Amino acid sequence: MEEMIPKKQYAPGEHPEMPPPFKTKGAGLWLQQNLFSSPTNIVLSILAIYFLYKMLPGLLEWSLLDAAFTGSDRNECRAKAGGACWAFISERLPLFTYGFYPAEERWRVDLSFLFLVISAVALLWEKCPLRKPLMVFAVFFPFIAAFLLLGGNGVKLMVVLACTAVVLLLLYRGFSSAFMMVLALVVAVLAKYAFFGGIGVPFTDIHATQLVDLNQFTQLNLKTVSTDLFGGFMLTLIIGVTGIAFSLPLGVLLALGRQSNLPIIKYSCVVFIEFIRGVPLITLLFVASTMLSFFLPPGTTFNLLVRVLIMVTLFASAYMAEVVRGGLQALPKGQTEAADALGLKYGPAMRLIVLPQALKISIPSIVNTFIGLYKDSVLVIVIGLLDPLGIGRASLSSTEWNGLTNEVYLFVALFFFVSCYGMSRYSLYLENKLHTGHKR
Amino acid sequence: MNESANTVSSTERALGESTIELRQMHKWYGEFHVLRDINLDVKSGERIVVCGPSGSGKSTMIRCINRLEEHQQGDIIVNGTELTNDLKNIEAVRREVGMVFQHFNLFPHLTVLENCTLAPIWVRKQPKAEAEAIAMKYLERVKIPEQAGKYPGQLSGGQQQRVAIARSLCMSPKVMLFDEPTSALDPEMIKEVLDVMIELAQEGMTMICVTHEMGFAKTVADRVIFMDEGQIIEENVPEEFFNNPQSERTQLFLSQILAH
Ligand SMILES: Nc1ncnc2c1ncn2[C@@H]1O[C@H](COP(=O)(O)OP(=O)(O)O)[C@@H](O)[C@H]1O
Ligand SMILES: [Mg+2]
Repeated sequence: MEEMIPKKQYAPGEHPEMPPPFKTKGAGLWLQQNLFSSPTNIVLSILAIYFLYKMLPGLLEWSLLDAAFTGSDRNECRAKAGGACWAFISERLPLFTYGFYPAEERWRVDLSFLFLVISAVALLWEKCPLRKPLMVFAVFFPFIAAFLLLGGNGVKLMVVLACTAVVLLLLYRGFSSAFMMVLALVVAVLAKYAFFGGIGVPFTDIHATQLVDLNQFTQLNLKTVSTDLFGGFMLTLIIGVTGIAFSLPLGVLLALGRQSNLPIIKYSCVVFIEFIRGVPLITLLFVASTMLSFFLPPGTTFNLLVRVLIMVTLFASAYMAEVVRGGLQALPKGQTEAADALGLKYGPAMRLIVLPQALKISIPSIVNTFIGLYKDSVLVIVIGLLDPLGIGRASLSSTEWNGLTNEVYLFVALFFFVSCYGMSRYSLYLENKLHTGHKR
Repeated sequence: MNESANTVSSTERALGESTIELRQMHKWYGEFHVLRDINLDVKSGERIVVCGPSGSGKSTMIRCINRLEEHQQGDIIVNGTELTNDLKNIEAVRREVGMVFQHFNLFPHLTVLENCTLAPIWVRKQPKAEAEAIAMKYLERVKIPEQAGKYPGQLSGGQQQRVAIARSLCMSPKVMLFDEPTSALDPEMIKEVLDVMIELAQEGMTMICVTHEMGFAKTVADRVIFMDEGQIIEENVPEEFFNNPQSERTQLFLSQILAH
C-alpha cells in the first residue's frame, strides 16, 4: 500500500486534500471488516456459516418445500408431504384471529382493525397524508372501536362522539388543562350513563345483557357480543393497544408524582409503583377483582376483560414510571433551571422542555416495556381468556389435528415476532428522527 | 476600550430607582452558611460585575435573585416585588429577570428560533408570528440570524451563548443576570460574546455579571463587587477597585488573576 502514496513535498500550508489510501466502500471491504477482521472473528464467522448451512436447508424443507398447505386433517397432510402441515393453521386461522367472535359479525373486527391501522399510521408517521384530520379520527377511534366490537346502541355512540368532539374543540381553543380534566370526567360519566345507564364510575360495570333492551330503539344498533367470545390475535391486540396507549401517560404521571415535593403525592406514587412491581402479573390478574374494589366504590363489578385491561395497564405503567424516571434523572439540571429562569410554569416546563427530552432518552426502554407488555398478554390464558396461545392449545386437542405442536407454536411465535420486531424498528426510526446534532 | 468606558461611565448617566435590593440576606445549604449578610442595591440601568474566588457564593447570590435558589433570611426585592414562597411573586420576578448560564442551557430538542420564541409564546402569550419576528430581531442583534433553523448541538459554544442571550432578551427583561457567561468558551469565542454584552450594556440594560473578564469590568461596570466566603468584601467603581483595592483579600485575588 505504501508505495501508492506519492512522496511529494509541498510548501508549508499548501498540502492538498487527498483521498484515503485504502478502500472505504464495497462488498469485499464489508466482508473483511465485519466477518474476517481478526482470527477469532474468522473462526466465529466460519462456524456461523457452517451452522446456517446445516440448519437452513432442513428448516426450509420442513416449513416450505415439503409442507402441505391443504388437507382436511392430519392424516391427509401426512399422506401428501413429510414436512409441516400448514393446512391445520389455515383451517383454524379464523379462530386464531377472532376467537369465538360470531362469524357473521366478524366484519366489525376487521373494520376496527382497519381503523386501528389508520389511526396508528396517522399518529406514528409524520409525513402521513391528511395527518391532521386522521389524528382527530384517532381520538375518536377508541369509542368507535369499542362500539364496533361490543355492539349496542348506535345513537349513544353518536352522543359520545359528539361529546368528544366538543372536548376536542375546546382543547383546540386552549382551555386550561385542569378545566379540561374536569370536563373529560363529566363527559366520561355522561358517556357511561348514555351507554349503560346509571351514574357511576365509567366503564366498570359493562354487562352485555344490560344492552339488550336498549337495542330496540334504533336502526343503528349492532348486535351485542359478549367479551367472553373475544379471543385470538384480536384479544392480543386489544390488550396490547390499550395497555400501550394508557401505560405511557400513566407512567409519566407516576414518574412526575414520584419527584413531587408534596410527600402525600410522592409516597402514594412510590407505594403504588413498588407494590405493583413487586407482585407477579399473574397474581395481579387472579386477584384483580378484589384488588380493584379497594380503589373503587363498593358494589362495582367488573367484566373479566376490563379487569384484565386495567391490571395489565397498571402493571406496565409501574415499569413505565421507572423507565421515565430514569430519563428524567438523566436530564441535566440546567434544563429545568433555564425553563424556570424564563418564567415557564411547571406544566409547560414539563410538557415542552423536560418530557420531550426525557422520553426521547428513554425510547429504547419504553419500547422494551411495550414489547414486554404485549407478550405478557398471553398470561390471560390462566384466567380463562383465549389468547392465540390458548386457542392453539385448544386446537391441538382436537382429534383431527392432534399432535401438530410445532406448527401451532411456530405460527404464534411468528405473529408475536412480527409485531415486536415492528415496534423495535419503529423505536430505531424515532431515535434517528429525534436526533438533533452532536452530543457534548 | 477605554474610550467606550468613558462614554458609558455611570457619572454621565442618570440612574433610575432601585431595581434589585438585597437586604441582610442569608442563605444556608443545610448546615453550610453559604451567603452571609448580603446587602446590595442595584439601580435601574446600573451594571454590576461580581468577582471573587471559586466557591465564594457568586453564583448562589445571583441565583437567589430569580429564586433558582431560596434564601432563608433577609429580603430580596426585585422590581418592587418581594421574593417569598408565593409562586405568583416568583413568576412575576422571573418574567422580568433574564439569566444567562455558564453552560448555555439551551433546549437541545428545539431549534434556535424555537428556543427564542418558547417563553414569549407560553409566558407572555405572544402570537407565534409576532414572537418569531421579535426573535429574529434579537438573533440579528447577536449576529446569528442565519442559524435560526439549526439545533443548538450544531452551533459552536460562542454561537450557543449568543443564542442564550437572545433567548433571554426575547422576554424583554428589565434585568439581565450573567453567571460566568464566557468561562466555558474557547478563547477565540470569548470576544464575540463579550461584544454582545458590551453592546447590551451600552443600550442601558441593568446587568449583574459574574465574570473574571477584567477588561469587560473596566469597560462597562459601574461597580465591581468582590466576594469571598459568602460575604461582600469590597465594592467600588472599577478604577478604584483595580488601582486601589482596599482589603488584603482583594489584593491577593487581583494579583492572582492579573498575573497571567
Ligand atoms: N446545591 C448545593 N448544595 C450544597 N452546597 C452547595 C450547593 N451549590 C453550591 N454549594 C456550595 O456553596 C458554595 C458557593 O457556591 P457557588 O455559589 O457556586 O460559588 P461560586 O459561583 O462563587 O464559585 C460552594 O462552596 C459550593 O460548594
Ligand atoms: Mg459559579
